[in-house]
Formats: sequence, structure tokens, C-alpha cells
Amino acid sequence: MRMLQLAYANLKEHFLSTILSVMLLGIGVGIVSFIVTVSEQLNDRFNRDIRGIDMVVGAKGSPLQLILSAVYQIDNPTGNIPLAEVKKLKRNPLIKYSIPLSYGDSYQGHRIVGTDSLYLKHYAATFADGEVWKHSMDVVLGSSVAEKLKLKLGAHFHGNHGFDAEGHAHEESQYNVVGILNPTGTVADRLILTSTESVWDIHNHVETEPEDQTAHEHEGEHDHHAEEETGEITALLVKFKSPMGIMQIPRMVNEKTSMQAAIPAIEINRLYSLMGVGFTTLQIIGMVIMCIAALSVFISLLNSLKERKYELALMRSLGASPFKLFGLIIQESLLLCLAGYTLGIILGRVGIMLLSSFGEDQFQFSVSQSGVADVELWLLPLTLCIGLVAALIPAIRAYRSDISSVLRNE
Amino acid sequence: MLKTQTLTFSYPNGTPFAFPDLNVAANEAVLVLGNSGKGKTTLLHLLAGLMDPTGGTIELDGTALATLKGSARDRFRGQHIGIVFQQSQFIRSISVLENLRLARSLAGLGKDDAFAETLLSELGISDRKNAKPNELSIGERQRTAIARALITKPKIVLADEPTSALDDENCEAVAALFERTVTGHGAALVIVTHDQRLKNRFQNSVSL
Repeated sequence: MRMLQLAYANLKEHFLSTILSVMLLGIGVGIVSFIVTVSEQLNDRFNRDIRGIDMVVGAKGSPLQLILSAVYQIDNPTGNIPLAEVKKLKRNPLIKYSIPLSYGDSYQGHRIVGTDSLYLKHYAATFADGEVWKHSMDVVLGSSVAEKLKLKLGAHFHGNHGFDAEGHAHEESQYNVVGILNPTGTVADRLILTSTESVWDIHNHVETEPEDQTAHEHEGEHDHHAEEETGEITALLVKFKSPMGIMQIPRMVNEKTSMQAAIPAIEINRLYSLMGVGFTTLQIIGMVIMCIAALSVFISLLNSLKERKYELALMRSLGASPFKLFGLIIQESLLLCLAGYTLGIILGRVGIMLLSSFGEDQFQFSVSQSGVADVELWLLPLTLCIGLVAALIPAIRAYRSDISSVLRNE
Repeated sequence: MLKTQTLTFSYPNGTPFAFPDLNVAANEAVLVLGNSGKGKTTLLHLLAGLMDPTGGTIELDGTALATLKGSARDRFRGQHIGIVFQQSQFIRSISVLENLRLARSLAGLGKDDAFAETLLSELGISDRKNAKPNELSIGERQRTAIARALITKPKIVLADEPTSALDDENCEAVAALFERTVTGHGAALVIVTHDQRLKNRFQNSVSL
């Protein structure tokens, strides 16, 4: 009969309080591991998409919206910018390269983005199948788009106006799939990429339709379309040659043109500090729950100790040293915490799976978890420490109990 | 086997106890009789090494209990002394057989399930070996307590009021059971009781 077996039997005997402690611990551990994993992955994802983009130029409006729409493709565009001004800007010698983006259409929730092949190069995208667009209306699919829509090379489809699946279809023209990309782990995986000309061409047809002025203002979608007649694109991603660029050009653009320049690093930091409050709050809640769990472990051990003081004295009379009883209480607590930790990790992972399947549709944001996350590694010693601390006083009591007086007052 | 000399004990602010000398051989049973307040349980705890006497010596199988301290004392008690408490108490979360195993393991002895089975069947409760302690009847609990006292093959078994809650018939049966099983396994038996009915059964008796 090992002490560990006895500890297990004792926990089973006090089933309800054991379950309470395990649940509390599990929820605490689960929240903390979930929040840390999600915020780490968000951070990672955001940074990966932003890498190498020093400045984004678009129509005036919220700079954060510009970054979210042009870099992450999750918000609506701020509007369009005239090609003439873009061309003037591109001549600036401090600019290493720039990537034009024109968008406003989608297919089954995936954005159709008109750009040039630099975009592929920027995100180090390689072709799993096919090649880059040659003609207008040729498209290249990001890996997760191809997978989800089950589109193969040579497939055709009609795009939808706007970003909702309900937007009216551009029936008159169809896209041809000429290439499929390998996964890059970036925003490119979720996009349908085509040439800027395709976007212009398709909206030449559309513009023949009479326009609804109120729809313009309410949805603001038509404005976002890059149109050839007026020579517009939606945004421009810019990479500078030297840090000098970031000192001069954004200010110049904001002051001297009708366009807006936003620095992704600054906007994303602002976004983090906004989200950070939420993350920190949730993390604190998780920690508080873990502390309550520790209290629950402490109280249930102390209660069971009162109930079992005769048993402990009995064990001493059977030859157990005080230290053995100390160890028994510690083992019970550690066993509890290990169970709580395991439950927590499972809860955290289930949460991430749920978020992943939900977020994929809603925000085009997916969290993936493979292997053991760092947070799961450091939560284990933390949980066990909680167990040790919670068990310390009960264990010392067990260690010190005067067996003779306990046995005499049966 | 067990020898005590001029044993005395006093609780803080209490009347001091002076105990008669005991000398019990292996396979022998001694009855220690005394009414409430005479220090019966105190004597038992002294003999078991659960408390230290104020004066006098206790020698068990040639070892003076006073020379053993701390864990060594606990270990010695576990291996050489079996105790049957007034109200048979067990570890509630584990079965009868596991309680016997635990007694051996706490005494630092290896597993001996065969001996456990032998004891349980000698005591007529082998069919209850997987029952939890609180599923046992009072009689079964008492038998289990005897089995646990004997599982470590102790040199001496100390019993505290084993018959006080029993009627005459059962009192006789339990006394016989104690005598037969304890002395039958080569241990010395000390029963501490106020139960005068046992006087007829045991030749050796000491009054407090």
C-alpha cells in the first residue's frame, strides 16, 4: 500500500470537495492558458503579416482601419486613392518598393485583391500548382481558400460585390483559377489574388449600372472600388530603403496629398494596448480563480484533516512517522492540482479549437495549436506550487498532531 | 517479553499515576483491571510508546522503549506492537484488506497477502476483505481490528476495553477469540479493561 494510493483513495472518498477543487483549478488554468496562447498567436500572426511593411498609404480616415483593411484584410477600406498621386509618391528615392492593392469584391467571404506579383514575393508565397496571373480575370488562390472552397486549377467562379456573401454577383464576368499557393502562414493564405487590371475591368462593367447614392453613403462599398476611368487603387504597401523614409515620407503624404499614410507598427501597438487591457483582465480573472482554487484545496484538506485526525493518529500508532503523514497530505494536494492542471489544459485547448473554428468564419483568424505551448509548461510548476502552498498548513498540522491525546478522546 | 518497573506518569496539573509492575511472557495474556479514571488508557499509551512515562522503565523484548526516539520509536511500535483500540478505527477510504496491507507497509514490512487471508479466515471474515470499514458490523470491525493488530506479527498486542460494548455472550466469544488468536500467534497479550466479566477467563490479572 503506497502513500500515493492512499492519497488517491482519500480524494475519492471526499468526492464532492475534490471535484470542486479540481474544477476551480481547471477553469483557472484553462483561462490562463487560453488567453496566453491566443494573445501570443495574435501577436505572432499580426507581426508576421506586418513584416517588411513600413508604411501603408490609403484614403484619409482612421489609420487603424487603413492598416486593418490593407494589411490584414479584416476591416473595410477607407476609400480609394488617385493613381496619379500614387505614381508621384512612388518616384520618391527613399522608397525601396511598393505594392498596389485594389479590392472591394469577394467570393464566398474571401476577398479578391488586385495587386501585382510583388505581393506574392513579399509574403514569400510559392506555387503549389499553376503560376501567376497573365491575363485579366486570372486569379491565384491562397492555400486556405483553395482548401476551403475546394477549387482546383482551371475552375471558374463569379465574384460578389462587397465583402458579404450576400452581395450581388458580377454575373457578366468570371474569374479563372490559374494558380494555387502553398501555405505561407500569412494573410495571403486567405486571399484570392489577381491583377489590378482585373479589378478595374470588372468594375467597368459595373459602372454602367445606375448608381444608388444612398447605398453609397450607408455601405460605403462602392467607393472602395478601384476604378480605371479615374485611375484609382485602394491602398499602397510601402517598403523604405532606409529609416530616413519613415521620418519624412508619412508626414509628407499626410500634409501634402489627399492621401493618408499610416505606420503599421504604431497602429498595431495601439491596437495591442487596447486589446491588452482585455487580455490582462482575463488573465487576472484566471489567476484569481486559481487563487480561489488554492483556497478551496486548502479548506477541503483542512476539513478532511479534522474528520480524519483519528485516522492520522491511527497511522502513527501503526508505525508511520510524522513526516509520512506530512507527505500524505502534500501528495493529496499535488494529486488534486495535477488533475486540475490536466483538466485546465484540456479546457484551454477545447476553447482554442472552438475559437479557431468560430474565428475562421467570423474574423478570418485561426489559432492553431501543435505541440506543447510555453504557457502550458510554466503553468504546471505554478499549479504544483499552488498545491504545495495550500497543503503546507494542513500538512504541518498532520505532522504535529499529538496522537496520544487524539486517541484518548475518541 | 514485556517488563515494566515502577512506572509513573502525571498529567500537567493532574493527580500522578503509579502503575503496578507488569511482566508478561510470550503466548501469555494479562488482564489489567481498573475503573474509570484509574489510568487504564494512560498505561496502554505508555506501553505503546505513544507517551513517555514520568518515571520507571518499559522493556519490550529486551529493548527499553525510552531509548527509542522519534521515527525509530514509530517504526519499532509498528513492527513489534499491535494495538486494538476501544472503538475500532480504520482508514475509511480503503477496504479491509487494504487496511491490513497499509498496517504492514507503515511498519516498514513487505506485503504478505497470504498471511492477511489466513488471519481473516481464522477470524471468520475472509468474505468481507473487500468491504469498506463503514460497511462492517460492530463484530466484524472488532475482528478486523484484531487482524490488523496481528498482521505485523507483533511481539505484544495491547487491547483497550475490547468488550465494554458487548453483551455477556459476545463478551465471552471475543475474549476467547483474543486469547486464541493472539497467543496462538506467539504474541503476549495485555487487555486493559474495567469489565469484571473477563476476570474469570484470564488467570493473570492486575488491578489498578
